[in-house]
Amino acid sequence: MRAARDIALKLFRDPSAALGLLIIVGLVAVAVLAPLIATHPEAVWDMNPRHRLLPPSETYLFGTDRMGADIFSRILFGARITLTIAIVAVGAALMIGVPIGLISGWCRNWLGEALMRVSDIFLAVPQIVLAIAISQTLGPSIENVILALSVTYWPWFTRLVHAEVRTLRHETFIEAAIALGVPTWRIVALHVLPNVLSPIIVRTSIGMGFTILTASALGFLGLGAPPPAPEWGRMISEAREFLPEAWWSALAPGLAIFLVVMGFNLLGDGLRDVLDPRIRRGNPGR
Amino acid sequence: MRIAALILVRIAWLAPTLAGLVAIVFVISRVIPSDPVALLAGETASRAQIELLRQKLGLDRPLPRQLLDYYGQLARGDLGTSLFTTRAVWDDLSARLPATIELTVAAMILAVALGIPLGVVAALYRNRAADHALRVASVAGLALASFWLALMLQLLFAMDLRWLPLQARITGFPPPPITGFYVIDAVLEGNFERLGNVSAHLILPAVTLAVPALATVVRFTRAGVLETLQRPFVAYQRAMGIPAGLIVWKYVLRNSLVSTVTQIGLLFGILLAGAVVIETVFQWPGIGAYAFEAILHSDYAAVMGFTVYAGVVFGIVNLIVDILHAILDPRGAAA
Repeated sequence: MRAARDIALKLFRDPSAALGLLIIVGLVAVAVLAPLIATHPEAVWDMNPRHRLLPPSETYLFGTDRMGADIFSRILFGARITLTIAIVAVGAALMIGVPIGLISGWCRNWLGEALMRVSDIFLAVPQIVLAIAISQTLGPSIENVILALSVTYWPWFTRLVHAEVRTLRHETFIEAAIALGVPTWRIVALHVLPNVLSPIIVRTSIGMGFTILTASALGFLGLGAPPPAPEWGRMISEAREFLPEAWWSALAPGLAIFLVVMGFNLLGDGLRDVLDPRIRRGNPGR
Repeated sequence: MRIAALILVRIAWLAPTLAGLVAIVFVISRVIPSDPVALLAGETASRAQIELLRQKLGLDRPLPRQLLDYYGQLARGDLGTSLFTTRAVWDDLSARLPATIELTVAAMILAVALGIPLGVVAALYRNRAADHALRVASVAGLALASFWLALMLQLLFAMDLRWLPLQARITGFPPPPITGFYVIDAVLEGNFERLGNVSAHLILPAVTLAVPALATVVRFTRAGVLETLQRPFVAYQRAMGIPAGLIVWKYVLRNSLVSTVTQIGLLFGILLAGAVVIETVFQWPGIGAYAFEAILHSDYAAVMGFTVYAGVVFGIVNLIVDILHAILDPRGAAA
């Protein structure tokens, strides 16, 4: 518990990490409270042709889109989609990637080697290429975007955990545990895993930001949630044909994506400094 | 010797990795809900005609058999025929490759030429205003959705200010290709009017593509320089009275670049991934936009071709990076 408090204190002392945390707390609050905060919750899905493409005003903070829906309210509801995709996809990638990384790092035999080769296959092309192929094949829906992103992101966790476990195996306390006859599962679960937790946490934060970017790109390309859904990437692509006149309809959703990804990146950076003093702000985590 | 062994092992692994990638994409692309053959045959085709075409294309055979056929085809260097353009995928890709290389190289040059000096400056002014500003800017650069940045740049520079063209590679008809790189072709022909034309088209997509790569280069250079500055030889050179500028820009930078070289593979991944989206926004006729169109048309031969192609290029780049790294820093070769 004390360790957790120390980490929290250090995080708050770092202004950019604190800002990142603030942004993320704000995102969660917005997602949960969307129906309460939204100025026009009824106009998120409904068509309202008389009010279409109105510029930002006191009534419509960020203006209205081609359907006459309030962009501000749509962005608030879109936060729910963004957050769901990021949490479920990164969560699934963790569930797949971490155990495989532990096994492949620990087993220095054909199994460990084979698992690494499988993860190499997924890393042989940029993530978005594979994600586009998968979500196009399965059809546009939030579930399929989540599936495509988790299937393509887990190898990053596997590689990270694998490398950490490989180094840990040679530590004296692990060798001592082996010599004492502690069961392997116990060593891995109680001695190895806690020691690789820090890099996993850092990678998770940065991975959330990266996943949100990729998900919005899929939405922009028309592979995300189907039309009425207020998905930020799709909102930008729908705004495209009304440029340059209705510039506001493309501006606001992009700023929302930027703000949220920035939040996760800043937090990830701060966590890296606090949790892992060995690495200092080098790897951006792509 | 160790380096040679490392290279051989890596080359040997390249083929099975690619075979695995092909198998994955192959399985994925055959679960397609829409029937590409029916799409290709057209709406007026009868069921018998569709079946005939399916047999002709070999799509009626069992999946493992099709996969084996495809491996055989790849081994002969044949990427198949695009169902949509009805041309060989290899020809399609090679015709569009120069566009992508031109764009990617321009972005890479921007990222490296700006990123390395900025990274050094950030390291030298550590924890001062310049460093903080660069840190915020580089985190921001990695947080921008590339398609949105592309639209905003188009909005400002092409639609509003009208300084730069909105999209495409050139205004007017494409010139007869010499190398296929429009900028180089224009220089070779001494056609400066066209050089201006194609350069103007290159600016917006290249800048958009360069942003995340630039942010990455700044961060790595900063980290590398900070690490090198701690090393004893820097203290020694300072004590010797060697000018600070010479120490930093020659000796420190050279030592820090070892870690930066390792990141070229990463940069390349960022650029290739970015190209798919950015080429689509700017209607840049490269392989990224081709891949996206192929996916939309369920053109699996083209999708497979692009994936294999990207896998090969990516694999070779990473291999070269590993070799360079092993040569620059032999300590890591054992790992």
